[in-house]
Amino acid sequence: MSAFSAIGEQREAEEDEFTPGIEPQPTWCPGCGDFAVNNALKKAMARLGKNPDEVLLCTGIGCSGKLNSYFESYGFHTIHGRSLPVARAAKLANPGVEVVAAGGDGDGYGIGGNHFMHTARENHDMTYIVFNNEIFGLTKGQTSPTSPKGHKSKTQPSGSAKDPVRPLSLSLASGASYVARTAAVNPNQAADIIAEAVEHDGFAHVDFLTQCPTWNKDARQYVPYTDVQDSDDYDFDVTDRQEAGEMMYEVESKLYEGEVLTGRFYRDEDRRSYGEEKRATGEMPEEPLAERYYDEDAEWERCAEQLIDKHT
Amino acid sequence: MTDQELIWRIAGGSGDGIDSNSRYFAKALMRSGLDVFTHRHYPSRIRGGHTYVEVRATPDGAASRGDGYNFLLALGDSFARNPSEDAYYGNEELKPLTENLDDLREGGIIVYDSGLIDDEQVEEINLEERAEENGWHVYPVDLRGIAKEHGREIMRNNAGIGVTAALLDMDTSEYEGIMEEMWEEDILEANLAVIQDGYEQAQEFDQTHDLSIPDHDGPDEEQALVSGSDAIAYGALDAGCRFISGYPMTPWTDVFTIMSQNLPKFGGISEQVEDEIAAASLALGASHAGVKAMSGSSGGGFALMSEPLGLAEMSETPVVLVEAMRAGPSTGMPTKPEQADLEHVLYTSQGDSSRVVLAPGDQQECYEQIRTAFELAYDYQIPAILVYDQKLQGELRNVDASFFDREPDADPGSVITEEEIAEAAEHHAGKFKRFQYDADDGKEGVSPRSVPGQKGGRFLATGNEHNEAGHISEDPTNRVLQMDRRLGKLASIREELDEKGNQTHHGPEEAEYGIMCWGSHQGTVFEAVDRLNDAGHSVKAIGVSDLMPYPKEEVSAFLESVEECLVVEMNATAQFRGLTQKELGRFGPKLSSLLKYNGNPFEPAEIVEGFESSIEGEELAVSNMKYVPAAGD
Ligand SMILES: Cc1ncc(C[n+]2csc(CCOP(=O)(O)OP(=O)(O)O)c2C)c(N)n1
Ligand code: SF4
Repeated sequence: MSAFSAIGEQREAEEDEFTPGIEPQPTWCPGCGDFAVNNALKKAMARLGKNPDEVLLCTGIGCSGKLNSYFESYGFHTIHGRSLPVARAAKLANPGVEVVAAGGDGDGYGIGGNHFMHTARENHDMTYIVFNNEIFGLTKGQTSPTSPKGHKSKTQPSGSAKDPVRPLSLSLASGASYVARTAAVNPNQAADIIAEAVEHDGFAHVDFLTQCPTWNKDARQYVPYTDVQDSDDYDFDVTDRQEAGEMMYEVESKLYEGEVLTGRFYRDEDRRSYGEEKRATGEMPEEPLAERYYDEDAEWERCAEQLIDKHT
Repeated sequence: MTDQELIWRIAGGSGDGIDSNSRYFAKALMRSGLDVFTHRHYPSRIRGGHTYVEVRATPDGAASRGDGYNFLLALGDSFARNPSEDAYYGNEELKPLTENLDDLREGGIIVYDSGLIDDEQVEEINLEERAEENGWHVYPVDLRGIAKEHGREIMRNNAGIGVTAALLDMDTSEYEGIMEEMWEEDILEANLAVIQDGYEQAQEFDQTHDLSIPDHDGPDEEQALVSGSDAIAYGALDAGCRFISGYPMTPWTDVFTIMSQNLPKFGGISEQVEDEIAAASLALGASHAGVKAMSGSSGGGFALMSEPLGLAEMSETPVVLVEAMRAGPSTGMPTKPEQADLEHVLYTSQGDSSRVVLAPGDQQECYEQIRTAFELAYDYQIPAILVYDQKLQGELRNVDASFFDREPDADPGSVITEEEIAEAAEHHAGKFKRFQYDADDGKEGVSPRSVPGQKGGRFLATGNEHNEAGHISEDPTNRVLQMDRRLGKLASIREELDEKGNQTHHGPEEAEYGIMCWGSHQGTVFEAVDRLNDAGHSVKAIGVSDLMPYPKEEVSAFLESVEECLVVEMNATAQFRGLTQKELGRFGPKLSSLLKYNGNPFEPAEIVEGFESSIEGEELAVSNMKYVPAAGD
């Protein structure tokens, strides 16, 4: 028997398998958008027939980072901004495991911005969900990288002088091969998009608009959304970089004018994931590396041969 | 120490082929049966500047660079075109000659490249006069001319080898054999011709000196010429490490490079990533997924790893980090050794530290201790740090090749199988009790570990305080139980380390005085101890490798047995002496310090001198070291 029998098991899964047996008292505020992410993720995983034991969820720090406590799977609640480097190495070490990373907008676009850019660039085969509530939740309402210009908070009492980041454009420019935005007010679309993202072979970035009723009452996430795939007004080719880029630019500008557009904005099915690239150049073993440690027949090369050749 | 030794120094500009050339030369001497030890000095620049490598060769063991040197091969700095008048590192081709004269011993040999260093320049520095005063023997040779005749100027270094061989009465066949293994046919031919030409020209000289290759027998056993970096990298691979992530920083880059070149051949993965926070985080991710992983850096980069290091402690994710020290603070002196990151490595990151810190004293210890670091990290689910420095990183030394012929260790430590998980009673509503208070697998504080993809092993690893199942918890009782369990591992680790005997003792057991050291200059200290005892003193030394958990009993016994102890280290604030006093809580009045932090490692004679001044309570005559007396009682 393989050391990892949960991986790839053919099965029909129930949503509640992804709910912890003994659920800890939720620390999220009533009405928080984070509940919607959790629900969509559970739904997507059940639909794909995943086994909680084959999923690794890596989170950052923030209210969003608490997702691990309410979603049943293997988990690694890392440190602020660092879920991506932890997640991508786990995927390289054992490509069979379904790796999902999640965190807030401060976590992902602020402190972890460098990792975001490079993980997208390398196109690691994983899903990255960013809970975008335009605010720092857990540290009690400071301005975040997605807060609109002029947004007042305790640390920017006169209103932020900065333009917000454009996460979708940033993602596309960095090299993500799947980019989508969904919203807590749109649970069906959210589950569909997350399921697609998990299925996608490459870096799938989902910007998830969530509300923070406690610290960010003016956020636009409450207003009705438009699904660009359902609307005749938005016609663009989701596989064309340039068209996708123009569409994202429009979407990101409109968000701060009060129009919320969601859906899939870019998808590249042809680009090889990082793991495949690395395997193609001979930099990565064909078989999942983690398996070797449990394989009694594995041959463990000794250094002496390399060393004696070179150093004697 | 031996009277019969050659210390050959080749000097030139970075990029003049000093490094490769000296490596071949050292290897040739080793193959002929001598013991060799190299020391490399180079500035933080890519081309030009004053750089040299020393190769020390003796028939009976070379544990340090030695004192001064007795043969200078000055190539002439071909990159010496720095237009700035007051640039510290030369504007003149002459520097490889002038910069090196102070350390040249009486009666030594100077060979310089008269093709690059012209007579007028030499006249200006009164070389003749100085040579007479010091009994030096000067041989100008047009090395550049010889090389040019056969095609390329860069072969100057090999012309120098030919000259060296003729002057020392050395057979060039070992050296030529190495060239044959390394070079393509056409380049090889030209180089061999250059060596031969140099040899023949030098044979014509009137040989006034009495230096020659030390007498020696043939090799007893096949030897390997390795640096600390080689030994660390190969030790890690034999420890079953199959994942490395890093970001370049001198001097850590060396280990990273060697690992990256070898891992694909071993079925492993190397990742050069965006920064050191990512590097350490990737190592944690790979380890969490079930692969033995390491990362590392030097001072500044290790500072960035501080937070992931704390995460490893709290989430009990095994990982090995190596820290290659260089002179600080900040970017300090990138290519110069220092031992001033000790406190950084011991205490960086928030909270109470639960980590293992080991400091090897030579190449063999590098290999042994990186294996120990992996063993402890994976058996005890704790981060282990190997701290070494720029000196140990780069210096080469011969070691019996058979020493490295060991079984690889594929055991991922405390991970359990799916069958064991299925039978485990602690299964808790689908969640595995990953952080069980009182699991009993014979190792104190260690609970069983599962990895993603295993059936029934689900758990949450988190840097927040958590309960047995991994859920975040601020419950005071749980907090104390978990803290005590994590910190308690250090006691079991101490016992294992005692069994391994990582501390190295040297000198007569009943000696009156002690010297303590840690890390890379252990060999230098031991050599000094031999000389002191030969000179009628009564001294012994201990090289301490375990910094956390600290070997309290062994060091206490050592300190109890001596009158006084000199603590030798390469930093300005006596960090290791401070650690010893903190850990032992006594012996303050017995401990004095000999410190050096000018960027150059200790030479044995300096330690001899420092020891003699310390016991006589005299001022140090040498200005590049500092003596800090005992704290009083
Ligand atoms: C290195 C570091 N800096 C700061 C913090 C404090 N901190 C915790 S959560 C957080 C902000 C989280 O905001 P966001 O990522 O938007 O997530 P949210 O709480 O809104 O879900 C900060 C600054 C930390 N834990 N670590
Ligand atoms: S503070 Fe905001 S983001 Fe955090 S749990 Fe409450 S509502 Fe959600």
